[in-house]
Amino acid sequence: MADLEKGFQEWKENKLDKTVNNYGERKDEFKTGSNRPVKALYSPLDLEDIDYLDDINFPGQFPYTRGVYPTMYRSRLWTMRQYAGFGTAKETNERFRYLLDHGQTGLSVAFDLPTQIGYDSDHEMSKGEVGRVGVAIDTLADMETLFDQIPLDKVSTSMTINAPASVLLAMYIAVAEKQGVEKEKLSGTIQNDILKEYIARGTYIFPPEPSLRLITDIFEYCSQELPSWNTISISGYHIREAGSDAVQELAFTIADGIEYVESALSIGMDVDSFAPRLSFFFNGQMDFLEEVAKFRAARRLWAEIMKERFGAEKAKSCMLRFHTQTAGAALTAQQPQNNIVRVAIQALAAVLGGTQSLHTNSFDEALGLPTEEAAKIALRTQHIIAEESGVADTIDPLAGSYYIESMTDKLVDEAREYLDEIEELGGMAEAIKAGYVQREIQESAYQEQKAVESGEKVVVGVNKYKEDSKEIGDILKVDPNLEKDQCQQLAEIRSDRDSDKTEKHLKDIRNAAINDENLMYPILDAVRDYVSIGEICQVLREEFGEYEAKIF
Amino acid sequence: MSENIKVLIAKPGLDGHDRGAKVIARGLKEAGMEVVYTGLRQTTEQIVRAAVQEDVDVIGLSILSGAHSHLFPEIMKKLKDNGKDDVLVIAGGIIPDDDHAELKDLGIKGIFKPGTPINEIVEFIHQELDVA
Repeated sequence: MADLEKGFQEWKENKLDKTVNNYGERKDEFKTGSNRPVKALYSPLDLEDIDYLDDINFPGQFPYTRGVYPTMYRSRLWTMRQYAGFGTAKETNERFRYLLDHGQTGLSVAFDLPTQIGYDSDHEMSKGEVGRVGVAIDTLADMETLFDQIPLDKVSTSMTINAPASVLLAMYIAVAEKQGVEKEKLSGTIQNDILKEYIARGTYIFPPEPSLRLITDIFEYCSQELPSWNTISISGYHIREAGSDAVQELAFTIADGIEYVESALSIGMDVDSFAPRLSFFFNGQMDFLEEVAKFRAARRLWAEIMKERFGAEKAKSCMLRFHTQTAGAALTAQQPQNNIVRVAIQALAAVLGGTQSLHTNSFDEALGLPTEEAAKIALRTQHIIAEESGVADTIDPLAGSYYIESMTDKLVDEAREYLDEIEELGGMAEAIKAGYVQREIQESAYQEQKAVESGEKVVVGVNKYKEDSKEIGDILKVDPNLEKDQCQQLAEIRSDRDSDKTEKHLKDIRNAAINDENLMYPILDAVRDYVSIGEICQVLREEFGEYEAKIF
Repeated sequence: MSENIKVLIAKPGLDGHDRGAKVIARGLKEAGMEVVYTGLRQTTEQIVRAAVQEDVDVIGLSILSGAHSHLFPEIMKKLKDNGKDDVLVIAGGIIPDDDHAELKDLGIKGIFKPGTPINEIVEFIHQELDVA
């Protein structure tokens, strides 16, 4: 090392500094996408504090920095999972089958906002929102249509649903029952991550305590009944979209994860009974190398925390498995075709970071809902990375890069500093209540906006290489009659149901809510008899109250 | 100048994306305006009531959910019903080009896309309110 140090100093003084003095550099300061300083060169000197076996190790071995599986993409590629959903269940079912026919390997359901906030389509607050940003689901009937001709034992399904996750999971189980598929064979994920809704995404219903209880009810139910289901997708994605930097995304997501583990432990669950089914969801942003390091850092950090802090003994409890979506916030409305290239770079980072599944955004999403053509290009981007680029043929090929390893290590350290701060505030739920997390993210978002406006941060087509706007023509349109039709269908279901049964189900749910019994069971019974999401959530609203956000 | 301008930044409907709304609110504040931000999930009544109570000069509506074509006409109508149609209404978020003409016909003066610099919005407000 002494020779190396000497060699480095000589190179720096005789070569680097001289050249820089004579010719200068492009910028006064080089920084990553997250404003972390970048040196001109990284060398073995930057890896002195890193121990290969302790900090990196081989794939499939603690702390899983190089990947959670021993073979990674050599056995099986990541799951190509495009988030889709709009309009009615019938239209979305058609898009799902189109995507599956075109080589997609898993489903990902986008629900409309009323569904996500637990309102039926005919609720006053639902007006104008039905079927807009996702599919409208009121009762089991919609869910049956959504998965018509899609065998639930053959696909894995991810559902972006949080506050009313129990209700949608129950409906999914009920559809499987009707298809004759055993519960053990169901695989998929519910997002079920309420903490980031308070911080970043906004589709909360209930206050934190009852929300955490709904989540641990699901953990408990699934540990007994649904062994292959991912009970939560702890999401940094939306934290990043809201404006955080990479370190904050990493730290706040892991902090949310810690809070969920603590909640489950507090009701007496054994860590190894639920931790293997926890999954994660990260953002793929533009700084390619920093993003690769972020994914690797996330795996190491989670593994270390699960083992050291929670004493997890099962290997699977320590493995951070994650989904990635490319960054919606990086898409530009200006020169939208450029977004195809951005998405490819972000997706490549996710793959080199060892993601388990991936959604690539469509290039037209800063303008409106994606067209079928745009959605296909997004999916093909994954196919090209998988089949043509060669990056999936060896495991974690960027490992050993002085820069990547040094940055992975630094990101772990910096995230730990944040975690310590959150711990001092009493954990993540308290830090959110105090507005600490929200303020940190808002500050980063504002600084980024200023950096773009000053030109310090270049966004091609927005603040450099600008052109007079040329619009692309097609945007997907949602049928304006949809809301009326959906409400009519719901009215028919209500009038066909046995109203005594409905009342009994709602009473059972209320009693379970009051008596601290696991809510999954009465909710499942209710959805089987076509009790609606709005009706169920109304009872829970009455018992739990509603969250009122403060503005920080 | 900006000192006498009061702005309401509002999030109508169920949309939870408020990064843009918050960044704009802070940007307008730093440009010298007085800014009130409503927070998420505001009904059209709540927005109009806030605009009247706070006696604002400008309303900035932020929406990314696609519900603008239902919610914006309601807001414009209720502003009129409440005698508050002298207010400058602008909008931002994900609002497809095809919808712009219809919204401008309602009296929404400016529609800003993702990537708009805050300065451009400040200048637009100055121009419309005729302050130098």
